[in-house]
Amino acid sequence: MDAAALTFLALGLPFAAALIAPALTRFLGGNAAWLLALAPFAIFVHFAGFVPEVAAGEIVTGGYAWIPSFNVSFSWLIDGLSLTFALLISGIGTLIVLYSGGYLKGHPDQGRFFSFILMFMGSMQGLVVSDSFLMLFVFWELTSITSFLLIGFDHRREAARRAALQALVVTGGGGLALLAGLIIIWNVSGVTQFSLLLTFGDELKESPFYLAALLLVLGGAFTKSAQFPFHFWLPNAMEAPTPVSAYLHSATMVKAGVYLLMRLNPVLGGTTEWQVLLPLFGVTTLIAGAALAVRQTDLKMMLAYTTMSSLGLLVMLTGLGLPYAIEAAVLYLVAHALFKGALFMVAGIIDHETGTRDLTKLGGLRTAMPLTFVIALTAALSMGGLPPFFGFLAKEEIYTALSGFDRRSMVFAALTILGNGLMFAVGFAIALKPFLGPKVDTPKPPHEAPVLLWLGPAILAAKGLSMALMSGFVHRYVTSPMASAVAGEPRSATISLVPHFGVALLLSVATLAVGVVLFLNLARLRAAMVAVLADIGWGPDRGFDQFMRGLVRFAVTATRRLQGGRLDTYMTMTFVLVAAVMLALPLRYGEFPRAPFFPADVPLHEFAIMAIAALGLFAVVMAADRLTAIVSLGIQGFAVAMLFLLYGAPDLAFTQFMIETLSVVVLALVMTRLRLSPSDHRPLRQKLPDFTIALACGAGFGLFLLRVTGVPFDSTLTDFFNLYSKSIAHGANVVNVIIVDFRGTDTLGEIAVVLVAGLSILSLVRLRAGSLKRGELTEIAAADASSKELV
Amino acid sequence: MKSIIFRTVAPFLTGLMMLFSIFVLLRGHNEPGGGFIGGLIAVSALAIYGIAHGVVTVRRAIYFHPMAIAGAGLFAATVAGLVSLFARVPFMTGLWIYPSVLGVEVPLSTVMLFDTGVYLVVVGAISSIALSLEEGGGA
Repeated sequence: MDAAALTFLALGLPFAAALIAPALTRFLGGNAAWLLALAPFAIFVHFAGFVPEVAAGEIVTGGYAWIPSFNVSFSWLIDGLSLTFALLISGIGTLIVLYSGGYLKGHPDQGRFFSFILMFMGSMQGLVVSDSFLMLFVFWELTSITSFLLIGFDHRREAARRAALQALVVTGGGGLALLAGLIIIWNVSGVTQFSLLLTFGDELKESPFYLAALLLVLGGAFTKSAQFPFHFWLPNAMEAPTPVSAYLHSATMVKAGVYLLMRLNPVLGGTTEWQVLLPLFGVTTLIAGAALAVRQTDLKMMLAYTTMSSLGLLVMLTGLGLPYAIEAAVLYLVAHALFKGALFMVAGIIDHETGTRDLTKLGGLRTAMPLTFVIALTAALSMGGLPPFFGFLAKEEIYTALSGFDRRSMVFAALTILGNGLMFAVGFAIALKPFLGPKVDTPKPPHEAPVLLWLGPAILAAKGLSMALMSGFVHRYVTSPMASAVAGEPRSATISLVPHFGVALLLSVATLAVGVVLFLNLARLRAAMVAVLADIGWGPDRGFDQFMRGLVRFAVTATRRLQGGRLDTYMTMTFVLVAAVMLALPLRYGEFPRAPFFPADVPLHEFAIMAIAALGLFAVVMAADRLTAIVSLGIQGFAVAMLFLLYGAPDLAFTQFMIETLSVVVLALVMTRLRLSPSDHRPLRQKLPDFTIALACGAGFGLFLLRVTGVPFDSTLTDFFNLYSKSIAHGANVVNVIIVDFRGTDTLGEIAVVLVAGLSILSLVRLRAGSLKRGELTEIAAADASSKELV
Repeated sequence: MKSIIFRTVAPFLTGLMMLFSIFVLLRGHNEPGGGFIGGLIAVSALAIYGIAHGVVTVRRAIYFHPMAIAGAGLFAATVAGLVSLFARVPFMTGLWIYPSVLGVEVPLSTVMLFDTGVYLVVVGAISSIALSLEEGGGA
């Protein structure tokens, strides 16, 4: 089997695992995790095989044609950027599956949970390796949908349902913006694949549609990556079980937006708009997230807001356009995935083993849960950016990028110090507060977590240390190739644990000082933040509710206006519009037909047929009761069918005869069901508007037909069908051959419509019959009587 | 319907019309006719039977639920389109075979299957509407 087929299998494997997960869990319970984790692990191993190739500067592409006529393919692009993401997703995914095995042990829906999380994993995996735009978009929306399923996993709780819907609306809506943006890029560049797009250079940036494409892409990226003011769905998504929070809402999915920005950086980045919008939104999110994190006492909520903060930092670094900024973003992204994943899982362990995750109700757990404490501390040290952890390298690189002496660098450096200081304080509050101090009584007696629970966070925390110690190796194989892919030119990260004295280290020390001061005053800070937020009152979260309520109200009003439910209103509206179009357009453009030409020698039988048609119409208008009118309408139809027959259209005539017959039958049947009075008793005054509309409609159609037939007949199609009907389609009856062969797909659609129309009429008739049985008969009779009185 | 003449003639008329509808369906490829017209004739036949002998009799006579007939028709038409995919030609390409039955060459095609599908959809959908309207319509 070749490498392309293997990669294709790797992309499909999570979905296959998702399919068997429920059955497997029914047999093995939580221990099914050991087997299911093999799927992401196999993917991890497969992608790890690309590392040497990619480190050597190669780009691996492959795939299959999907819709060749639209130049759409199912193809992948594996460079430093997508490879790092793929390894993070499958690596952390393996650990998360194991962790879920312990966390949801004994949950009745654990199988479903495994299924959802594996599906999510497959979607995310597909997203980051997608080469084709459309494939990226499909996987992008799939992550939104699977995230919806995971957040709403505990679907019996209203809060979970609301959070799930909110995440879907925000990120799914952003996905639509992204689609529009990608289509613009497609139109401007003419390619549908990133690998081709990346060779384009500055063409996109010089296009007049650049700003539109940029704003739409940012709409997708900012909603997905929870940038202020679209951040509110992320903390609400903490309604999901903790493995989901650790995986989707810190390590992977929320980084999809950052991934997209990094992917498009070479073709969209570097412009003024890019360097203003990204850092601006990023730094606002950084500060807002950190400030909101301080306010919380729930471990998961604190982590969620620091995640938002970190995402802000990543967006800011991606857009800054300063030397080392890209390398810093890359290092921080990897570091964040490791420490935040670990911390989330620790929060889950605490919640699982003690029964609460409220910081104020926890304390002194270090004796009962020593291992968890060590893991938490290790992760927090990396988050705080202290040596010898990977977070330290990331932070040093960030400050190296910001160590310039121009005003822009200094402003961003100051804000970053504040944001990082706040995150430092929150991180250590999470890692220290529950474990130190006197023992506090918790809802459940605390004890150490089982292996399935601690294994994941332990590995992630250990990685944070080992990767920093082997920084040379990591830079060569992971960070440098990724930074090069993001920058679109060769870059190499060199930062190591050996401190080099300079501005960067100074800024680091400043952050440390700010962090320690904030940590010591966290309680006071929290009180202040609570007061401030109470003063503001309104937030985007409430705004979302108002928006949704407004949307529903608008939909209800619009539906009531447009679909009042009265058939005569619909009919009147339709015919008035038809008449207006038919009469107003020729009037506007002076396109009335010339006076029709009457041949002198119309044979007598044709006159007779037309007289019959006219007579039928006269009978319709004059008919004393409705049934006579319906039958008279049939006379007119038959007369027209006769004309078709005379002018050489036997198929049409044939059909017309049948249709006329059947419509008389069906109309008569409908009449018997409607329980109308046999005849129309309205006074002339009320009939007049209907009469006018009918006349206008008829006149409009007459004029239109005269105009159309006045144009010389183009016989191209007729000639084509006459020529090929017999030779290609083996049929002498051109009409039938067109219906069933030349335009067969149309017919297929049409008979599907006939079927659906039949079904809906059937259900309408049944519905009506049902309501009649429920005693509305008398009501209708009463209404009928009152309408008669009016007449 | 009370008329004894109509009630007596209706079954024969219906039978003849059904036969005629199938004739129209089959000859449609070369002469005026086809699935749509054939289907309409068959519906009229059923309508006549229904007016003469009531809905219950018609439903018993056609055995299947009319919607099931329509569904089978749509299925047949779709299959007729899909067959071409197995022959590695685009969807809906007409394919013909000429087997010899009792010494007579009979042209068969996916197009004919498709037209039969059209016939069944028309028969099923429209007769289902007509029958449900007739049922308990107070008439």
